[in-house]
Amino acid sequence: MRRTFPIALGLCVAVAAVSFQAVAADAKPIRIGALFSITGPASFLGAPEEKTVRMLADKINAEGGVLGRKVEVIIKDTQGSPEKAVSFARQLIEEERVLAIIGPSTTGETMQIKGLCEENEMILVSCAAAEAITNPVARYVFKTPQKDSQAVTWIYNTMKDLGISKIAVVTSNDGFGNQGKLQLEALAPEHGIQIVVNEVYDKQATDLTDIMTKVKSAAGVQAVVNWSIVPAQSIVAKNMKQIGLNVPLFQSHGFGNPKYVEQAGVAAEGTLFVAGRLLVVDELPDDHPQKALLATYKKDYETRYNEPVSTFGGHAYDAFTVVLEGIRQAGTTDRAKVRDAIENLKGFAGTAGIFNFSPEDHTGLSLDAFTMQTVKDGKFRLYSK
Amino acid sequence: MGQSDLILQYFLSGITKGSIYAVVAIGFNLIYSATGILNFAQGEFVMLGGMLAVSLALILPLPVAVAGAVVFVALLGGLLELVFFRRLRGHSILHLVIITIGLSILIQEAALHVWDEKVRSLPYFTGNEISSIRLFGAAVSPQVLWVLGTVAIIVVFLHIFLKYTLRGRAMRACSSNPEAALLAGINIANMRTLSFMLSAGLGALAGCVISPITLTHYEMGSGLAIKGFSAAILGGLGNPMAAVLGGLLVGVLEAFSVSVLPAAYTDVTAFAILLLVLFVRPHGLLGRPAGESVREF
Repeated sequence: MRRTFPIALGLCVAVAAVSFQAVAADAKPIRIGALFSITGPASFLGAPEEKTVRMLADKINAEGGVLGRKVEVIIKDTQGSPEKAVSFARQLIEEERVLAIIGPSTTGETMQIKGLCEENEMILVSCAAAEAITNPVARYVFKTPQKDSQAVTWIYNTMKDLGISKIAVVTSNDGFGNQGKLQLEALAPEHGIQIVVNEVYDKQATDLTDIMTKVKSAAGVQAVVNWSIVPAQSIVAKNMKQIGLNVPLFQSHGFGNPKYVEQAGVAAEGTLFVAGRLLVVDELPDDHPQKALLATYKKDYETRYNEPVSTFGGHAYDAFTVVLEGIRQAGTTDRAKVRDAIENLKGFAGTAGIFNFSPEDHTGLSLDAFTMQTVKDGKFRLYSK
Repeated sequence: MGQSDLILQYFLSGITKGSIYAVVAIGFNLIYSATGILNFAQGEFVMLGGMLAVSLALILPLPVAVAGAVVFVALLGGLLELVFFRRLRGHSILHLVIITIGLSILIQEAALHVWDEKVRSLPYFTGNEISSIRLFGAAVSPQVLWVLGTVAIIVVFLHIFLKYTLRGRAMRACSSNPEAALLAGINIANMRTLSFMLSAGLGALAGCVISPITLTHYEMGSGLAIKGFSAAILGGLGNPMAAVLGGLLVGVLEAFSVSVLPAAYTDVTAFAILLLVLFVRPHGLLGRPAGESVREF
C-alpha cells in the first residue's frame, strides 16, 4: 500500500501534466461571428453562405486551425430581418465577444449594423453587394461581393459592343432591386444608354407578362435589363419568350445560381449576365490565379452538400478567408491589428476575384473581377461576342 | 404590335394572373361557407400541393404525382381540422381565424425544413417554357389554359357536389342552419372536416397547375393567400363562381393598370378598386347580404 502511493501520485501528476498540455495546445478557440439570412426571403443567399462557412471551419480546424488555435464560428440566422440583424450583432459584440463578424447576407441588414460595428470597433466583412456599404468607408467595415456599379458598367459596355442604346429596365421592389435601379439610372448617360421603359415589380410577382407587354409596345427597345434576386429572374425570361419579345435579356449578378437557369429551362438560353468566375471555373486557363481555389471550393461544396455551388456562398467563402488571412498576417488576435492587416491585404485570391484592399477601398475588387456570361445548353458559359 | 393586339395581350396577361388568383380563391370559399372561418392557411395548401407534386414527380409520372399531392394535402387538411378546429369549436370565429394564421406560419416553417429554401417547379403540362398559343397578335402560355380548365372543372364539380349529392346538400345545410341540420341527423362536425379536406385538396390541385407559371417555393403561400382572399371578397364570399369572377377581375385590372401607370402601382389600383366595390356592395359582386351567401349556391 505504501509503495503504491508514490506511484499513484506520480501517475496523477503525469495525467494532470498531459491534460494541462493538451489544454495549452488547444488554447481558447478564435471566435468569429456570422450573421446570415439562412431562412426567410433571402434564404437563397444565407443558406449557401452558412453551408460554406461550416464547411470551411471544419476544414481549417482539421488542418490545425489558425495561429495554432481552433476557429469557432457562431452563426446566427437573421431571417433577412434588419431588426434581428441588429440584435444578433449586439449579442455577438457584447456577449459572445467575437473577434470579427462576417455577413449579413443582404444590403438592408448590413446598413443597419454598419454604424454599430464602427462604434464598437468590431470588424465586419459583409456578404452584401451595394456600394453604400463601403462608400463612405467605415474603418471597420469591409465587403466581399463585387460592386453593383461594376456590374452595370459591364452590362453597358457589352451593350455598346452590340450596338444597343435604347433599353428597358425592370427591377424588383427590394433592397437589391432598388440599388441596381439607382446604378442603372446613374450610369446610363455616360455610356450613351437611353432607358425607355423603367418599371418596378413586386418581389412576390407570379407573372410579368403585363410589364413585358409594356416593353414590347414601347418603340425601339433593343434590350431588357432585369435586376432582382427573386424567382422573377426566371419568370421574366419565360414571359419574354412567350409573348415573342425577342431582344437580348441582361440580368444582374443575382442570376449566378444554377437553380434559376433550371427553372427558366429553354427560356434562359442566351440570357446575358455578369458574375464572378466561380460558375465557369472549367473554362479558366490552368494558370489563372483563382482556378485552383475555385475548383477546390466547387468540388468540396458539391460533394458535401450534393447541390450546385452558387456565387453567394462564394461571398461568405471570401469574407471568412479574408478574416482568417488578416489574423495570419497580423500574427495576433488583437482586433485593431487584424483590421489593419485586412486593410493592407494585396493580391489575395478569393472566389469573387483578386482582393486588393486599401484605406480608401474596402471592397478591394476591380472591374475585371466580373465576367460577362451567358447560358448555353442550360449551362453557364463565358460570353464572347 | 397594333393597338387592338396590345389590348388583347394585356387582357391575356391579366387572365394569366387572374386564373391563379381565382383557383386560390375557390378554396377560401369552401371552408368559409361550411364553417364561417376565413382560412389564411389556404395559401399554404397551395404551396404544399406544388412542393409535394414536384417531389413525387421525381419518381412518378406527372398525373400520378399531382393526384398523390392532392390526396395527401386533403388528408392533411382533414387532420388539421380534427386536431385544432374541432376541439376549439367553442371559441369565437375570430380565435379560429387567428389559429389559421398561426397554422400558416407553422406549415411554412415545416416546409422549409422538409424541403429547403430553393425554387422548384413542375414541368409545363403542354409544351415548354417558351411555347405559346397565338391569338391574333397576342400570345399566351398553354399552361394558362390548363389553369383555366382546372378552374372550370372545379366549379362544375363543386356545383354538382353541393347541389345534387346528399353529402353536398348536407354541407350546405350545416352552414345555412346548423341546428336544423343537427336535428335532421347530419353530423355537422364531420361535414366541417370534409370541407377542410375538400378545400385543402383543391388548394393542392391549384398549387400543381400554377407551379410551372409561378414556380413553387416555401414562401409563396402568404402572397397567394392575400391575392386569393381579395379575389374571393371581390366576387362575394361563399360562391365558387364569384371567386372565379373576382380572381379574373383582379388580374385583368392589374394588367391594365400596368398599361397606363408604372407597374409599382399595380396593387394600389387593384386594391383601390376592391375598396370602391366593397363600399357599394359590401358582400361582393355576386355575394348575397350576410347569412345566406355562399351556402345557397
